Amino acid sequence: MRAKAMLLPFLLWLALFILVPLGLVVYYGVTVEEPIPYEEIMRADGSVHYRLADGTLRESEPYETRTRFSLANVSRFFDPMYVKLMGRSFYVAFCTTLICLLLGYPVALILTGKGFRHRNLLLLLIILPMWMNFLLRTYAWLSLLENSGLVNHLLEAMGFAKQQFLYHENAVVLGMVYNFLPFMVLPLYTVMEKIDHSQLEAAADLGANPFQRFLRILLPFSLPGVLEGITMVFVPAVTTFVISQLMGGGKVPLIGDIIQQQFGKANDWHFGATMSLLVMVVVLAFMYALNRADTENAGKGEVRIW
Amino acid sequence: MSEHLIELKDLTMVFEDGYTALDGINLSLNRNEFLTLLGPSGCGKTTTLRLVGGFAAPTSGDVLYMGKSIVHLPPYKRNINTVFQRYALFPHMNVAQNIAFGPDLRRQDKRETARQVADMLALVGLRGFEKRAVASLSGGQQQRVAIARALINKPAVLLLDEPLGALDLKLRKEMQVELKRIQVESGITFLYVTHDQEEALTMSDTVVVMRGGQVQQVGTPQDIYNEPVNAFVADFIGESNILAGTMIADRRAFFLGHPFECVDSGFGEDAPVDVVLRPEDVKLKSVDAPIPGAPRGVVISTLFKGVHYEMRVSVGADELLVHSTHAREPGTPVQITVAPSDIQIMRKSDMSPDAPARAEEAALPISDERM
Repeated sequence: MRAKAMLLPFLLWLALFILVPLGLVVYYGVTVEEPIPYEEIMRADGSVHYRLADGTLRESEPYETRTRFSLANVSRFFDPMYVKLMGRSFYVAFCTTLICLLLGYPVALILTGKGFRHRNLLLLLIILPMWMNFLLRTYAWLSLLENSGLVNHLLEAMGFAKQQFLYHENAVVLGMVYNFLPFMVLPLYTVMEKIDHSQLEAAADLGANPFQRFLRILLPFSLPGVLEGITMVFVPAVTTFVISQLMGGGKVPLIGDIIQQQFGKANDWHFGATMSLLVMVVVLAFMYALNRADTENAGKGEVRIW
Repeated sequence: MSEHLIELKDLTMVFEDGYTALDGINLSLNRNEFLTLLGPSGCGKTTTLRLVGGFAAPTSGDVLYMGKSIVHLPPYKRNINTVFQRYALFPHMNVAQNIAFGPDLRRQDKRETARQVADMLALVGLRGFEKRAVASLSGGQQQRVAIARALINKPAVLLLDEPLGALDLKLRKEMQVELKRIQVESGITFLYVTHDQEEALTMSDTVVVMRGGQVQQVGTPQDIYNEPVNAFVADFIGESNILAGTMIADRRAFFLGHPFECVDSGFGEDAPVDVVLRPEDVKLKSVDAPIPGAPRGVVISTLFKGVHYEMRVSVGADELLVHSTHAREPGTPVQITVAPSDIQIMRKSDMSPDAPARAEEAALPISDERM
């Protein structure tokens, strides 16, 4: 009974800040808002009146809107323009995740290596940027890479031509990799730290060279960390909008930017909510697939991926 | 010199923190030998094993395999396999996959490997366990899988690092017999590490007693037990009474306030020595018929130990541990006799009973607490 009572604040929180907003998003997502229907009536004296559905007449044009259930926004999303945007978002997120994995895996491997001395210091350095504001970090990249930025000054000083670093896809990926890398390194580090070193010694003892030890011991054991790292990077990378706006200068809009626009400039909460829902469905499907791969590997002791 | 399979030459290991784990070890291991490194924790026995296995590089010295230095070879290039203390089986593979790990790495024919795996499982008494998950096995079974996984590679030497340490007493006794059988049947040289003197005496052809990174004594189990070279070995191997004494002349020792006849010589005259008496070699006699020259004492305590009674007898300032099948009540006065061949004389060492702060400890049996 007491345990249940202690759960209450959490349940309240859950309901208030997760379920209710989610319900609102769903509500907005499957409805459209339109002006209430009316007829324009030209009087004999030339004045215009408006007749509403219930028969009342108005002298001014009706301003009210009504909300009704409709999946029109869903079909609107499947317009090639939005599908392309979604595709680009996934592509950029995929590149980001891949680069994070390629960079993060060796880092985690080195950090957990036997006899590595400055482990805690390096771990701190990896986490340190996360303590600084995310926008600030991205602006820092802007001032480094912009056309009159530090890097271009250096290039010019060394006699090279100026480079256009910003405002295309690569810049967006760079910004994302920079911001999301710790989310890849940390789960990998946590998993690799737990790998029993005697397993590696046993493999070496039985004749496995370093590469074989990696394939047969390290990789299978670190796989849960890889999957978690992918989730931690991929999901926010699909939905981010700030990085693409800053690093891409608005030239590389991602699905997150379009959603944000709907709630901002375009003021079409319904379409924004629909897009949010659809992205969520795709992300959930992706996570489900990853999770299955994970449990299939971790669940049974005998599964061998190679 | 290459009649030895493995030779350790002046092997020294100083860790980064300055701790000397091995201090100039010289050892040789012959083909088909069951050699045990025995000693308390921190004596350097596991370090020695790791150096032979290639998991660490010595600070100085050399490891020879058939006369050739292998000190710079990584573990996977040595024809040596290890059974690890905690087995280190691969939890993501089943029993057969674990055992086939080595052959698979060598890309051996799958059918041939399967046949060898079955043979190995038969050898370690786990016929039909191929598909079992490692986590579903008991400690003793995991132990056997670890041995099979190592032996399938037909190593020149099998290194075993306290492999029975995690098993309960009954299983340990069974595995001692099993290990010896496997060693004899496979004909593979075993280099075994343990802190359990009983284990060492039961299985080994040769026992190496180590302490503080140095070899104390090398010999057959009988040699080590009957002729310990110093108080440390005597104390570590089995229960013993270590008394301060004097060598009056060759074959005449003085201890317990009385002169005794013994068989040792070459210590000089009036030389201070340590005298080792095994508890089962000390005979208690009734005081009814006085024996000339026999020290007298009083039984302090009597404990029933199953096969024998363990008694403490105070003789002057000394206290003796005595094993006998004949119980005597505490308070009974007794006479003490020891056969000359049962008196073992050793030179003084820092483990001597009269060395500072060691007197009491040395008189206590230490084997029980290690069980």
